[in-house]
Amino acid sequence: MKPDTPALFTETALVRRKYRQETVAKWVFFVMAAAMIIPLLLIVGYLMVKAAPSLTLGFLLDVPVRGMTEGGIWPAFVGTIYLVFISLAISAPIGILAAVYLNEYARDNWFNRVINLAVINLAGVPSIVHALFGLGAFVYAARFGYSILSASLTLAIMTLPVIVASTREALASVPRSFREACWNVGATRWQTIRAVVLPNSISGILTGVILQVSRAAGETAPIMFTGAVFYKAIEKGDLFAYGLHEQCMALSMHLYTISTQVPGVKESIPYATAVVLLGSVLLVNAAAIALRVYMRSRTKW
Amino acid sequence: MSDPVPYAITTQDLNLWYARFQALIRVTTRIKHGLITSLIGPSGCGKTTLLRCFNRVNERYGYVTTTGEIKLHGKNIYDPDVSLVELRKSVGMVFQRPNPLPISVYENVVFGMRIHHARAQLSRARLDEAVEKALTEVGLWNDLKDRLGMKATGLLLEQQQKLCIARLLPLKPEIILMDEPCSALDVEGTRAIEELMFAMKGRYTIVIVTHNMAQARRASDECIFMLMGELIEHNRTEELFLNPHNPKTAEYIEGRYG
Repeated sequence: MKPDTPALFTETALVRRKYRQETVAKWVFFVMAAAMIIPLLLIVGYLMVKAAPSLTLGFLLDVPVRGMTEGGIWPAFVGTIYLVFISLAISAPIGILAAVYLNEYARDNWFNRVINLAVINLAGVPSIVHALFGLGAFVYAARFGYSILSASLTLAIMTLPVIVASTREALASVPRSFREACWNVGATRWQTIRAVVLPNSISGILTGVILQVSRAAGETAPIMFTGAVFYKAIEKGDLFAYGLHEQCMALSMHLYTISTQVPGVKESIPYATAVVLLGSVLLVNAAAIALRVYMRSRTKW
Repeated sequence: MSDPVPYAITTQDLNLWYARFQALIRVTTRIKHGLITSLIGPSGCGKTTLLRCFNRVNERYGYVTTTGEIKLHGKNIYDPDVSLVELRKSVGMVFQRPNPLPISVYENVVFGMRIHHARAQLSRARLDEAVEKALTEVGLWNDLKDRLGMKATGLLLEQQQKLCIARLLPLKPEIILMDEPCSALDVEGTRAIEELMFAMKGRYTIVIVTHNMAQARRASDECIFMLMGELIEHNRTEELFLNPHNPKTAEYIEGRYG
């Protein structure tokens, strides 16, 4: 062996360079991934610190007082619950049933493709456009006026395409072998759907619907144009404060109002309102995840 | 069975297209009642397609055009008065991968009955009896009688496949179609399914698609060889393997292609 011949299996300069690149690449990717956490922690931390003086149960249950510069957020909180539940009560059945039709019955023809295209485009319409449509269609044309009904219908149209898409995905994830098993004992499509497809996709469907809660709760433009108001006097802690044809307050709208439109609001109140909005949405999302985990543990294949 | 026709399935000039692709070309055959008939041939030769024609389940897989006729016990299944529900009830199918539904063993067996009867017609006693009868027939009763409530997807693969056969039985099928029923099973499982087929022979007409020539040879009475959508040869199994008439058959069973 010549003296300058390297021993077997030792590092060469090229290998060392590749290792260095490997290390750099790994850290770059890690830092980018970790960067996701920083904004979230900063936002939540900043909100919590600023909101601390107002964060009490009383704040949630109380009504705003002194021209909304003090007091709580109950009317807005209840209003948001109304809007979210009514809009999803409208969009979830329509969206789920439409998705069942598209996924289980419809053949791949021009009509089905037109519906698909409509769903995709509807999902891409900006919320301000939905707001204008809601104003024209529900407030004026259908004569529902500025009301919870108009606002909920507008939100329903906004959430509908996403529910259709997520439901179709959940339905498509049911293995074909289950369907084959049904077809070959002579089950009709509806029997197949009821006995096999829905029970095995319900967790995915519900998750998709629940995730729309956060969108419906967070959007401001659609409800501002169709049914949400700056201020509405209701009883403190009253859960049945609004009628369908009345206008209501909503958290997102209230946040906008007290941050930009009302002078002299106690500093911690907008932050506390944001915490409540964020907290409700995170709570609902966590519930969706818990539900999915629970149902996954029951349906196994 | 008081059947005047000795043939369970006859086809006459059966052509089938998936969109533009012709998957079956003028297939004419007669499959005898009560026997095990195997369909062999290289991949893509139309075996599974032909099998799926026999209960018209092909129509669920997309655009299919069929011409010609298929008669089951003398009745053309493309007649307008044929109900697909009733047809599929009496012509059951078993798949390559066992596909028990993710429900209990008991519910799997009575699934077909629940599909075909009104709730009021199904007393607990009637269901229990059907479950015991079907599971006994496939040889699962002794193993599973204390575990009827367990999830069917948790069974051994071999048991799952037997369960899939048992699931067809309460509907009193005439014909059982099997699409490579043993390809997911080990040697023991394969043997068990083949023994079950022998036990069921006579009462049911069994048509089995297989990639495994040895299996076709040992487990079937008659054998159909297909190639590129055409039926090349149909004969008694020993005859087809020992004395093939068509040179293409001879080359295939010698393993020259496939």
